[in-house]
This record gives sequence, structure tokens and C-alpha cells, in this order.
Amino acid sequence: MARVVVDVMPKPEILDPQGKAVHSALNRLGFTGVASVRQGKRFEIELGDDTSEDAVAEIERAASTLLSNPVIEDYAIHLEG
Amino acid sequence: MRIGVITFPGSLDERDAARAVRLAGNESVTLWHGDADLHGVDAVVLPGGFSYGDYLRCGAIARFAPVMEPLVDAARGGLPVLGICNGFQILCESHLLPGALIRNDHRKFICRDQRLRIERTTTAWTTGYDDGQEVVIPLKNGEGGYVADERTLDELEGEGRVVARYLGDNPNGSYRDIAGISNARGNVVGLMPHPEHAVETLTGPSSDGLAFFTSPVITGSSHTESVKSAGDHRQASVGAAS
Repeated sequence: MARVVVDVMPKPEILDPQGKAVHSALNRLGFTGVASVRQGKRFEIELGDDTSEDAVAEIERAASTLLSNPVIEDYAIHLEG
Repeated sequence: MRIGVITFPGSLDERDAARAVRLAGNESVTLWHGDADLHGVDAVVLPGGFSYGDYLRCGAIARFAPVMEPLVDAARGGLPVLGICNGFQILCESHLLPGALIRNDHRKFICRDQRLRIERTTTAWTTGYDDGQEVVIPLKNGEGGYVADERTLDELEGEGRVVARYLGDNPNGSYRDIAGISNARGNVVGLMPHPEHAVETLTGPSSDGLAFFTSPVITGSSHTESVKSAGDHRQASVGAAS
């Protein structure tokens, strides 16, 4: 079995209110060395028997259509295991 | 006019939207997310709510519901489509409208009566308003911040596709105070505030929202070419409805 990991992050120019909330909570807790926080999503997708390049390319298509919104997010894809 | 209102799992305002359609003198038709066709309706409303629990991104999963396939085709062909709140989010995810809606910049859910200015009255859904008319319509959202890149925002402004703008304090961080936009043709409109909650003074802050639901009637057809010539009739029709 192969695992495909898709990381989705808000684009740098898009405001990230969740990241800002986490940042201010960290400051409140005394983690004062933090300059900024961006919050994203991580998808761990287990492939079945077919772990060919085509199967991974299909996940890439899923990442660009459903898992991320190209208007506000970037994604990165990599194989694990 | 037969106006369909689609229910997705997690939709919230489809009954209010259907009621607004009827109060405006139209026939409401119940559409289901799993429907394979649009039952021959003349226009469609995508209601507010939390389709699919707002999982992944608001509207991201609803976009791929079976009913969206015929809807997207019909919208590209000129069918009037109004997306309210979550419906607006679905229209953006479907790429029928540009941009996206993200979490409010202040990170709190907002629920209040909101002043708006109607800035485009040539869409299928806004012929019942006067240019620049100020209205009060409830706004309730957690993820209502309208964002798009500068080029898209300039394009929307340049083509007069900003349908409604927030007046007073910006409630959610929307770029350029944008509350609603349309596609180039004017048949597809997305709006973050809820006109279906302002259709009579007994249950809403005003009846300012009603004209969204009387406007499609005034065109008399699903072809937006006739929208622009319908202006002469709009005052009489709105008067009759109120």
C-alpha cells in the first residue's frame, strides 16, 4: 500500500483568520517567539493495489478539483511509504 | 414563473426561500440534491445553510451533487440562478462566479440586519430595484468574507458586476465591501445576505428582500437578453407585489 499525502495551504496573499487565531492563542500562552502562523489541511490517502504513476496522477486531479480551491489555496502532493 | 429551490443535506433556509418565492407571486418547486434534472423550472435558488456540514470548504462538496450538473449547464445557457449565503459559496466553488468566501476576518459568526446598496439592477434578480437603492436585509454567516485577486476585483467593478455592497462597517472583511456579484451575463447572482428573511415586516426587519423574488417574473423568460428591456415594467410590478 502506498500513501499519498496532499497538503493544502491558504495562498500567502489570502487572509488566514484561523492561523491568526492560533497565533494570538500561542502568544497568550507565552509562546512569544512565534512570528506568524498559517493553518492548512493535510489529507492522507491510501491507494489500493494500483500504485502506478497514473493512480497518483488521479490523486493530483482530485487535489486540484475537490481537495483544494485554486482561488484561495495551494496544494503540494507527495508519496509516503 | 416556476422557481426551483434546491435542498442539500444541511441546507437551512430552503423553506424560507420557497415561501419568499410564493409571496412574490411565483410557484416554488422543490428540488433535491440527488435530482438528475431540474424538472423544467424557469429559475433556481440555492438556499443558505451548511450543506454537507461545511466540511472541507463551504460549498465544496455540494458543488459535486448530482443536481449541480444540469444546473451548471443551464446556468451557462442563461437560466436565472440565485445563490444565497451557502448558495453563493456553492456558486463560487462551481466556478459560475469568480472568487471565494472565507472565514470572517474577525472570526466570529455574525447575525444582524445589514444595510446594503443595490448597485446593479440589470441582473435577472435585481430588476425590481432602483439603481443605488439602499435596503436592509439580514446577514448571518461565519464564512462570508468575499475574496478574489485584484485583477478579478477590477474586472467585476469595471463590468458593473458588483450587485450589492455593504454600507457602514464591513461585517466580515469582504474585499471592497462586496456583498453580492453576478456573472457577465447577469443571470447568475450570488449574495451573502438573506433577502428571503426580509419579505414581510411581520417576520423580518423590512420587506426589502422581496424584489429579488419578484424580479425574475418581470423578465418573463429565462433569457437574460430580455432583462435589460424589462426596466419599464419594473416599477408597476413591484408596486403590485408590495
